[in-house]
Amino acid sequence: MREFKIAEPRTMDELAALLAESEEPVAMMAGGTDLIDELKSGVATAGLVVDLRTVAGLAGITPEKDGLRVGVMTRVVELAEDAVVARDYPSLKEAALSLATPQLRNVGTVGGNLCQRPRCWYYRDPQVVCRKKGGFNCFAFQGRNKYHAIFGGSGCFIVCPSDLAPALISLGAKATIGTAKGDKVVALEQFYAPPEVDVTRENVLAKGQFLKDVRVPAPKAGQRAAYVKLKERGTWDFALVSAAVAGVVNDGAFAEIAVVMGGVAPTPWRLRKAEDALRGKPVSEALVRQAAEAALKDASPMRENGFKADLVFAALKEAVMAAAA
Amino acid sequence: MEKKPAKKSPGGVSRRDFIKGMGTGALGTAVLPPLLGQTIPTKKGRVPVYDKKTIALTVNGQKVGLAVEANETLLDVLRDKLDLTGAKRVCDRGECGGCTVLLDGAPVYACMYLAIRADGKAVKTVEGLAAGDKLHPVQEAFIEKDGYQCGFCTPGFLMTTSAFLEKNPAPSLDEIKQALSGNLCRCGNYAKIYGAVDAAAKKLRGA
Ligand SMILES: Cc1cc2nc3c(=O)[nH]c(=O)nc-3n(C[C@H](O)[C@H](O)[C@H](O)COP(=O)(O)OP(=O)(O)OC[C@H]3O[C@@H](n4cnc5c(N)ncnc54)[C@H](O)[C@@H]3O)c2cc1C
Ligand code: SF4
Ligand code: FES
Ligand code: FES
Repeated sequence: MREFKIAEPRTMDELAALLAESEEPVAMMAGGTDLIDELKSGVATAGLVVDLRTVAGLAGITPEKDGLRVGVMTRVVELAEDAVVARDYPSLKEAALSLATPQLRNVGTVGGNLCQRPRCWYYRDPQVVCRKKGGFNCFAFQGRNKYHAIFGGSGCFIVCPSDLAPALISLGAKATIGTAKGDKVVALEQFYAPPEVDVTRENVLAKGQFLKDVRVPAPKAGQRAAYVKLKERGTWDFALVSAAVAGVVNDGAFAEIAVVMGGVAPTPWRLRKAEDALRGKPVSEALVRQAAEAALKDASPMRENGFKADLVFAALKEAVMAAAA
Repeated sequence: MEKKPAKKSPGGVSRRDFIKGMGTGALGTAVLPPLLGQTIPTKKGRVPVYDKKTIALTVNGQKVGLAVEANETLLDVLRDKLDLTGAKRVCDRGECGGCTVLLDGAPVYACMYLAIRADGKAVKTVEGLAAGDKLHPVQEAFIEKDGYQCGFCTPGFLMTTSAFLEKNPAPSLDEIKQALSGNLCRCGNYAKIYGAVDAAAKKLRGA
């Protein structure tokens, strides 16, 4: 593994100051299950790794009167086994259990999951300097793109690899960003930024900033939600396409609905056209098909990933039916 | 991952920061333990930083203290410094489970865990599973039910299984498959492995 030093800030103030003032490239380490791979391969070039585990106050799930606060250093296993999560946010539990392997869930964290780097094979290859790494070309665009984006790619066609992000966004979660000048709260949906904003990163965090927690609003009366993850094989894998659906069902129709997908776009992808098509009408397979078709008008598949259009329909159908059931 | 002898980091803290960091704190303290680390000054105070650290942990019930590099994984340290080669280095990137050990009782991939973070923790490897000459019931069951072919993946499966059965003493086949989903067997011996886990569960329950 490349060499680095490891800093152990003890407070969020120290963390923010260190991140803001450091003159050399730093990398925050949460569980390290993604970062260590990048440090071994050389894709991550930080000379200073900042340990988030020593920072007080970043871990833990806290019920609050308007919802649930999940500290970024909460391990995925804790989220998956939490009684309040199981009761109030079953789709979030499903997403947590669907992710990686038991060993990785014992170490990997919620914040690391939300901030993990993309899985594009060109990006993960230390020899390749594509646009995301400061080069001029997107090799996936002309090359092999089976696992790449069908929506929202512009110059870079990575997909959101996180299972927690779509589920949390569908539930209306907010993200708290820690900075040296105090906290900022944004909708988790707005935490992610498409390649046209800055192709080298996937979220809005600027130098000196870190993700501090996510807050999930209290469930609404009659709230229903589901998370469906379609994979290429039966055992652990990243999603080819995943669908998170949350809303309120009245008389067999969604009065309110949010649909967010993973694996289809550089950011967690909100399917607003599908939401509009589904809202207020009795749920049926034909309606879901119309909704998927409406959403897929915005799709621009490449040579090898056209199959994802079919999976958008399949995942949407399964998630909508499960939530409405 | 090949282990190369450590060189001084060209990156890391800048020389100036290092000297500044040492400045006031270390002045006149020649007896400072050598591996206690340095600090990086910030507007909010000095932040401890290490390229090497002395850690104290428990390995298979024994207390161990040793110096580890910041970039060493728990697997590097177990295999190369503590001579515990039961945990296998296979993929070295968190994808196969061959390196599975128990950290405070929970299965983790030792190849994806920095050794520096094991400070104060209890690590159990396959070498610590048996009680003296008496094999652990999970080990007995793997032998009786042919739960291995080449055996390379077996230490990882044993560790995952032993922790799993403590949490869930009477699992269904589906639960067994889920619990072992982070361990791969290149020989494809899954059917017999699942049978061995089932048999181990029965042994442990005294059924
Ligand atoms: C074999 C394998 C399978 C996997 N399968 C899945 C899967 O199915 N689904 C899935 O979603 N993930 C998967 N992962 C990815 C990863 O293990 C998990 O997402 C895990 O939750 C990451 O958390 P971590 O704490 O280990 O992250 P780390 O590796 O510590 O961090 C990941 C990235 O986020 C940054 N970061 C971490 N915390 C913060 C913070 N608070 N603020 C700002 N930046 C931060 C780090 O700098 C780093 O770049 C898999 C990984 C492996 C190796
Ligand atoms: S999709 Fe993005 S990360 Fe992958 S090759 Fe293209 S620019 Fe690089
Ligand atoms: S060697 Fe650690 S998971 Fe494969
Ligand atoms: S027995 Fe050979 S790899 Fe599992």
